[in-house]
Amino acid sequence: MTIYGLFYIALVFALVLGAAFPLGRYIAAIFEGRVTWLRPLETGIYRLAGVDATRQMGWQSYAIALLLLSVIHFALLYAILRLQYYLPFNPLHIAGMSPRLAFNTAASFTTNTNWQAYTPEQQISNGAQMLGLCVHMFLSAAAGIAAAAAVMRAFTGRGLKTLGNFYADLTRITLYLLIPIALIAATLLVLAGSPQTFVQAVPLHTLQSGTQPLAIGPVALQEAIKELGTNGGGFFNANSAHPFENPNAWTNLLETWLILVIGFSMPIAFGHMVKDKAQGRTLMAAMAIILALGCVGAYAAEAAGNPQQIAAGVQASGNWEGKEVRFGIPASTTFNVSATGTSTGAVDSFTDSYTPLGGAIPMFLMQLGEVTPGGVGSGFYTIIVFALLSVFIAGLMVGRTPEYLGKKVQAKEIKLAMLAVLVLTALILCGASLSLMTKSGLGSLENAGPHGLSEMLYGWTSATENNGSAFAGLSANTPLLDYGLGTAMLFGRFAFMIPILAIAGSLASKPKLNEISGTFPTSGPLFTFLLIGVIIILGGLQFMPADTLGPIAEHFLLYAGKSF
Amino acid sequence: MILRELRPAISLVVLFTLLIGLILPGIFTGAMQAVLPWQANGSLIRQNGQVVGSALIGQNFSGPRYFVPRPSALSPSPYTQDTSGASNLGPTSKALLASVKQRVAAYLQAFGPGPVPADAVTASGSGLDPDISLENALRQAPAVAKARHLPTATVIALVENMAHHPFLGIIGTDHVNVLKLNLALEHLPAS
Repeated sequence: MTIYGLFYIALVFALVLGAAFPLGRYIAAIFEGRVTWLRPLETGIYRLAGVDATRQMGWQSYAIALLLLSVIHFALLYAILRLQYYLPFNPLHIAGMSPRLAFNTAASFTTNTNWQAYTPEQQISNGAQMLGLCVHMFLSAAAGIAAAAAVMRAFTGRGLKTLGNFYADLTRITLYLLIPIALIAATLLVLAGSPQTFVQAVPLHTLQSGTQPLAIGPVALQEAIKELGTNGGGFFNANSAHPFENPNAWTNLLETWLILVIGFSMPIAFGHMVKDKAQGRTLMAAMAIILALGCVGAYAAEAAGNPQQIAAGVQASGNWEGKEVRFGIPASTTFNVSATGTSTGAVDSFTDSYTPLGGAIPMFLMQLGEVTPGGVGSGFYTIIVFALLSVFIAGLMVGRTPEYLGKKVQAKEIKLAMLAVLVLTALILCGASLSLMTKSGLGSLENAGPHGLSEMLYGWTSATENNGSAFAGLSANTPLLDYGLGTAMLFGRFAFMIPILAIAGSLASKPKLNEISGTFPTSGPLFTFLLIGVIIILGGLQFMPADTLGPIAEHFLLYAGKSF
Repeated sequence: MILRELRPAISLVVLFTLLIGLILPGIFTGAMQAVLPWQANGSLIRQNGQVVGSALIGQNFSGPRYFVPRPSALSPSPYTQDTSGASNLGPTSKALLASVKQRVAAYLQAFGPGPVPADAVTASGSGLDPDISLENALRQAPAVAKARHLPTATVIALVENMAHHPFLGIIGTDHVNVLKLNLALEHLPAS
């Protein structure tokens, strides 16, 4: 570990948090319908789609609209993946996906997970990437942000019956937020060397390895939204480690910034929406502190290197297996930690080959529930769940009815919040343990010993938390994992989001109480640390036994000189 | 209630598929092809009228006349240009430790006793890593110079001339692009 590496982490945080304040204000303006610079296009879309943007929806209508759009978009992607052979932009005549792989992939991109059980270079055409995957990267991100907007509105007034219009939210977020930033970022990526062409293979006459096709395509645009929308689905198998997705250390920094910036802007937007900016800063601080600890921890673990390799005569300059020379250790670990602290799941280095503790940190950040800062939108509504649980626990301690922003938090909300949290935990732990009891599940593992357990646990964690990164040695294209993880992704997204919209609907209709001297303050350092405690205890502690058997056991075995 | 939402939901999916899936990439690709054609087409390097590679994508070289790149985990052969990926072997993997030991021995044999840079004996994330660390390149330079009958100082000067350094010590690493370095070797005047 060097001071330069720590400076790099500090630089990332400075750039992200510095941008989150103005961007958060802009996002709040989008939610409130005050951004109009593409008005003709926006109203044109409403007219063609038959959308009345002024119609206000209650929480049920909002949830139904979101679900229905997701189901339709899922079906369209499934069809595109099955039929890609017949669709345009398929110069290599790549065949359609099998039903189970198409199901898994469609679930993955509809839920903003971007888990990739397929090998992009061999199994997907440029046309399916553009018309299918890339569109989902925009819309699933926009749907998540829209749900967050609905939750924010619940706290803005008293006796509210409605949470906004889903279609208008989706359209505005896509037009005013995602497309402009993605286009600017994509241009910078092309400038650095990311390709943007409809060609899928270029014949090369290599110097010593004969004639070979070079894989290429419309990479830059997909790469930009892949990070910005916390999607993570790589154009290539190697994801952001591939030089065409991530040409140099500058693009690596840009991509890390894109991964984090909307997630950290959401609490700021919330502060503007509820006209109490300190509330937003308090949530943001909790997110940032946990993420910063994760970044430093993973960097320290990877910089320490692999003791068995060092004993074998390798220079002690960190653990380089699965990492790229142009990024270096601190930029690699910061990228991967950022992509698991959000629900992005992109990688610029391969977590399966990280040291045990270096790999445990990304897994633990996902297990916390994706709140540091989490997926675009989803990270915000998840941290609101933890904030409600925090005021509830504080209320139990002091014996007062808990309130959050003047809204009484009662049994109904807490039951729904615990339901949402526990559904995911049960899915991860049961899914991973049941898979490991089957022959098929064990056959999917690349590594033996405790690392094998980590591979499967990481897979179920990643799918359920809608992250999409992997201990990529796991062979995920099997019937068990295609269907199992596909279902986990759908539950992880919708069985979590709908209870939260229900909470929002319930809170919206309540009166907004005035703050009095006995009100527990939900802004400031005290609440930040209470919230961090609740996130780690409620989100993380339940995974400690499993994590102890996986990465923690492996750490001690590694230093004891054991290999498997 | 659901029927009422059907038209806007279907229409928005169709409209955005056309807008984001077709119109946007169409315009953006056209613009990039016009403004930044070299980058947009894969940063291809031509020599004698043939495309020999991409400046960004590593390819396989074997010594001693060339600098050798990092190990690559790709199959069927290292640096296969239309695949990408890592070994995914974990830190306590027997297979990984065995390959590292084998590579350390081969490295010491090829380049003489001395430190073994970590990047020289570990597989990269992409399997297409175009770079090696500056340290690794400098360790290889004497052997390359010998095989090409060049003064060692000339080859070392070439490596240092082509090296990238981190900006302010923070962004990036000390490294050299292997393909560009090997192409430049070919243009060095023989002694």
